[in-house]
Amino acid sequence: MNNDTLLRAEDLVLYFKTRRGLVQAVDHVSFELHKNKAVVILGESGCGKTSMAKAILRLLPRNVGEYRGKILLNGQDVMQLSDEEYRTQIRWVKISMVPQAAMNALNPVIRVGEQVAEPAIIHLKKSKEEALEMAREMFQNVGVPVDFLTRYPFELSGGMRQRVAIAMALITKPDLIVLDEPTSALDLLTQANIMNVLKTIKWETGTSYILITHDIATSSELADEVAVMYAGQIIEVNNAESFFAEPLHPYSQKLMASVPKLYGDEEPDFIPGRPPSLLNPPTGCRFADRCHLRFDKCDEEPPTFIVGGHPVKCWLYEQEASQVIPPVSAGEVS
Amino acid sequence: MSVATQPQSVSTQSQDDILVSVQNLHVWFELKKWGFSHVGWVRAVDNVSFDLKRGEAIAIVGESGCGKSSLMKTLLLLNRPHKGRILFEGKDISNLKGKELKAFRSQIGFVQQDPYGALPPFMPVHRILDEPLVINGVTNKKEREERIRAALAEVALTPVDDFLNKYPHMLSGGQQQRVVIARAMILEPKLLVADEPVSMLDASVRVEILRLLRKLQEQHNLSVMYITHDLSTVRFFSERIFVMYAGKLVEQTHIEELLNNPLHPYAKALLTGTSVPDAANAKHLKEVPPGEPPSLVNPPSGCRFHPRCEHFMAGKCEVDEPPYFEPVPGHLVQCWLYEDGRTSYPEPPK
Amino acid sequence: MNLRQFREITRYPSAIIGLIIIIFLVGLSIYTVIALPYEEAVNKWRGGDRVWQDNPRGVPPTWVNLFRSKKLPESIIFDTATDETIQKQVTPLDENLTDIVYTFQFDYTADEFPQEIILFFTSTFEKKAPYISLLWKTPDGREINIGDFSIERAYTRRISQDDKLAKELGGPPEVMLFADPNSEERIPLKGTYTLEIAGLAFEPESTFNVKSIIYGKVFGLAGTDHLRRDLVLGLLWGTPVALAFGLLAAVITSLLTMFIAATGTWFGGWVDSLIQRITEINMMLPVLPILIMVGVFYSRSLWVILGVVILLGIFSASIKSYRAMFMQEREAGYIQAAKAYGAGDVRIIFRYLVPRIFPVLIPSLVVLIPSYVFLEASLAVLGLGDPIMPTWGKIINDARVNGALLKGQYYWVLEPSFMLMLTGFSFAMLGFALDRIFNPRLRGM
Repeated sequence: MNNDTLLRAEDLVLYFKTRRGLVQAVDHVSFELHKNKAVVILGESGCGKTSMAKAILRLLPRNVGEYRGKILLNGQDVMQLSDEEYRTQIRWVKISMVPQAAMNALNPVIRVGEQVAEPAIIHLKKSKEEALEMAREMFQNVGVPVDFLTRYPFELSGGMRQRVAIAMALITKPDLIVLDEPTSALDLLTQANIMNVLKTIKWETGTSYILITHDIATSSELADEVAVMYAGQIIEVNNAESFFAEPLHPYSQKLMASVPKLYGDEEPDFIPGRPPSLLNPPTGCRFADRCHLRFDKCDEEPPTFIVGGHPVKCWLYEQEASQVIPPVSAGEVS
Repeated sequence: MSVATQPQSVSTQSQDDILVSVQNLHVWFELKKWGFSHVGWVRAVDNVSFDLKRGEAIAIVGESGCGKSSLMKTLLLLNRPHKGRILFEGKDISNLKGKELKAFRSQIGFVQQDPYGALPPFMPVHRILDEPLVINGVTNKKEREERIRAALAEVALTPVDDFLNKYPHMLSGGQQQRVVIARAMILEPKLLVADEPVSMLDASVRVEILRLLRKLQEQHNLSVMYITHDLSTVRFFSERIFVMYAGKLVEQTHIEELLNNPLHPYAKALLTGTSVPDAANAKHLKEVPPGEPPSLVNPPSGCRFHPRCEHFMAGKCEVDEPPYFEPVPGHLVQCWLYEDGRTSYPEPPK
Repeated sequence: MNLRQFREITRYPSAIIGLIIIIFLVGLSIYTVIALPYEEAVNKWRGGDRVWQDNPRGVPPTWVNLFRSKKLPESIIFDTATDETIQKQVTPLDENLTDIVYTFQFDYTADEFPQEIILFFTSTFEKKAPYISLLWKTPDGREINIGDFSIERAYTRRISQDDKLAKELGGPPEVMLFADPNSEERIPLKGTYTLEIAGLAFEPESTFNVKSIIYGKVFGLAGTDHLRRDLVLGLLWGTPVALAFGLLAAVITSLLTMFIAATGTWFGGWVDSLIQRITEINMMLPVLPILIMVGVFYSRSLWVILGVVILLGIFSASIKSYRAMFMQEREAGYIQAAKAYGAGDVRIIFRYLVPRIFPVLIPSLVVLIPSYVFLEASLAVLGLGDPIMPTWGKIINDARVNGALLKGQYYWVLEPSFMLMLTGFSFAMLGFALDRIFNPRLRGM
């Protein structure tokens, strides 16, 4: 860890209590984000990625079973802060969020300009006029015409609304924005537009991103690093070049292979079966029963091997590993 | 110099081979104020013509608001054409009613975008599949049971008994979509219309479903209309592709031809806008045409893409709507760039 | 909508209580309908003195004595025609005259005086009726002659209304015959009393029977009303009437409302507009005054009232909320799909739209039942209830007309009111719990 590290998660745990048992949504997750970089948390539905976003922003529902670990923001462990301190010092001040289907999360009866201004009023204690002025600036940054400030959400297209949501996350000039599936419901060209907006903001303001998505192709538009999440665990982390060129974990490989390509003769692949339930994750490697490279060692949960400086959670890399971090099984305190 | 042509002659084979023929179709919705005074028209589909052969799969590609859903719904006669006609097996179906309408509908299978919304949440799978059979007069209970089982087996929801009594919320997204497909196939249709069938599914499941659709198409010699905004899935089982923008089919050709030689500026934008997983993407901005798709109530004059087009030619593009040109045989495009006979996309002006 | 959701009810204690009460009420109704058939009950209710003469008039139920320090007496009845154990002494005096003496002996332990004393005589004779002599013996040894008279084949002797006797005794006979002579206040003397009924029969075949009733001031499980009717009958029979009326009205109205809303929403256009306008007009019509008018000018029959209530109820405000739900569902994927595979309008409405809304219907239906029960009761209280059937509202009406509250006959009003409240409470509890079970699902979907 060096001065460049903005956020570092260590053994982050978030379990939910439900009537059917304990849902282990985030199971001892660790990763690192550097300043002015974008980390993509790549995973499919049911892998726990949205819970991860909630864990980082401490937007917890009432039925939390366990919530522990370390979140080091600029070296300070924000997990130690009380909820009130977190709300006033961290959330939407240092870390913002653009939630999934953000465009539907806009309040339909309040004008968009006022909604974007609101975080500035609450967290930066600005007056209404000042906040609206800041909102106007944000609109320009995200490419929404300023005369839309007085419009209502239903008057805007899906792409515009998503940009408004991004503006709302930006207005307090946070260090980090967590984006949960920011483009999944949008058209092709609108997606490209939004990614352009995010790139521009990153280059011009130095903001860092955690981008949570299942869309590999779109994620490559922003990614500096990729962390692959499966069944509540991070199974591979690598920098973008290495990852997109040659993913290590069999799941990552299959995921990459399932992206249909415009050109070339290869047909995309798919992964048979379904991800395991987070209620009772299997012992042993959680991907084993869908893995085409499975062998007998996989019945035991693999540790995290450091290969070429990057973690991979797969027995196949046992030999090459320069370092081994043993797995932490659920229920044990790390 | 190429001559402006009508798209009906895309297929030169005999008329018997053509399953669906759409001719000068206009689907306009009336806009009324206070419920009765006429204010304008929403021109969802504007003078669209194409043919679909038996056993052929075509893809209609366009973004939201381009009218592709309206086109599809009109083919299913969930909307009525405002002008123009639709021929199915040579017969004009635009004004069908009653029994004939029902008979026609049984020949088309419909697969929707949202698999969960497409299934009645209060019916178990066997009843969901039973409904089309009962409605279309299959009275023999045993026959219905057999057909239901066969349909589930065909979409690989096996063992069949495991799924018969499940409710939709008990199934995964992929399984739900398979049920939707089974339901669409159970009446043994000649045409399958699939509206964004995989866009709400996870990446790793999409391919499964697309492969399934292709298998069904091959095995049953099904004609398929595959509607999507995701170009990268189009190669899967479609032969021809139509690009739709603001109610018009701006480009029609074979898929490989489009991928290698896109002609319409909008099609080119779509291709450029499609991402491939490549770390280099993060280093530069993508080229995207400015602005947004236009409203269908007051579309731009002349060529509807002109406000966003990098090759906009003042005095021409905003004045007249371009007709179809055929720069390359079998490749039609509605764009003034090709009036002079060029055969490929020109470099954008600096 | 399946078993799983119904099992959810077990999570709500209020609903379980409500359900238990409802089951109890339904059981009561079934029992009533079987054990006291309608015809019989109606006849009894109209019966008049013949049927009810053994009961005291307007008295509370016997269990009120549990709460009283000064116990009220229960009725003491001797019937020589049915009771073989009553002491009977027959002494022939000569070939025509026969002396027949019945002796009634009983213990009096109450702290209050009886309501009245009546003797019912029946006799057989050809020309000359027997001559009766009554002797009253108190526990402290006094013997009082309380009547000498001749009877007929059917003769009623109202001791309490015997003015001559009253003058002799110095007060109302039913009081003085029991009063403690030694006490300054008028309190009854407790102990064993004897009533000797001596009758002289003048013909060899002539005989007589007597039923002596010393009317208590409490009776039965529910007390009696002004016509001596056992209120239990009214309360029991009120149950199936109330439930049937409430259930029928609620179910028919709710179902019809839902179908109308579905039809209007599905077909749209002028059908929808027409239905909406009818609904809006109907919402402004005052239901109770209309029912009052119907009852006064046309007919008070329960079926007619039920019909009018339903008619006024089907275009209720719920149409608007159902319509909102249906409009949302109309565009749902599975509805479009159904159209695409050829489902007709009727089938879509019944098989696709309605089942979706059903879970919302059920709680509102359950909560609607008591409002109809109260509506019927309100009409009855106002005197416009069905004239034939005994219902809770009718009992309240009788109580009101006879000044029950002024006379302190609280039980008369409280008992039917309690039944009404019980019904309302149980359905409401169940309905609210059902609402919480069914509706979050619907919103989530």
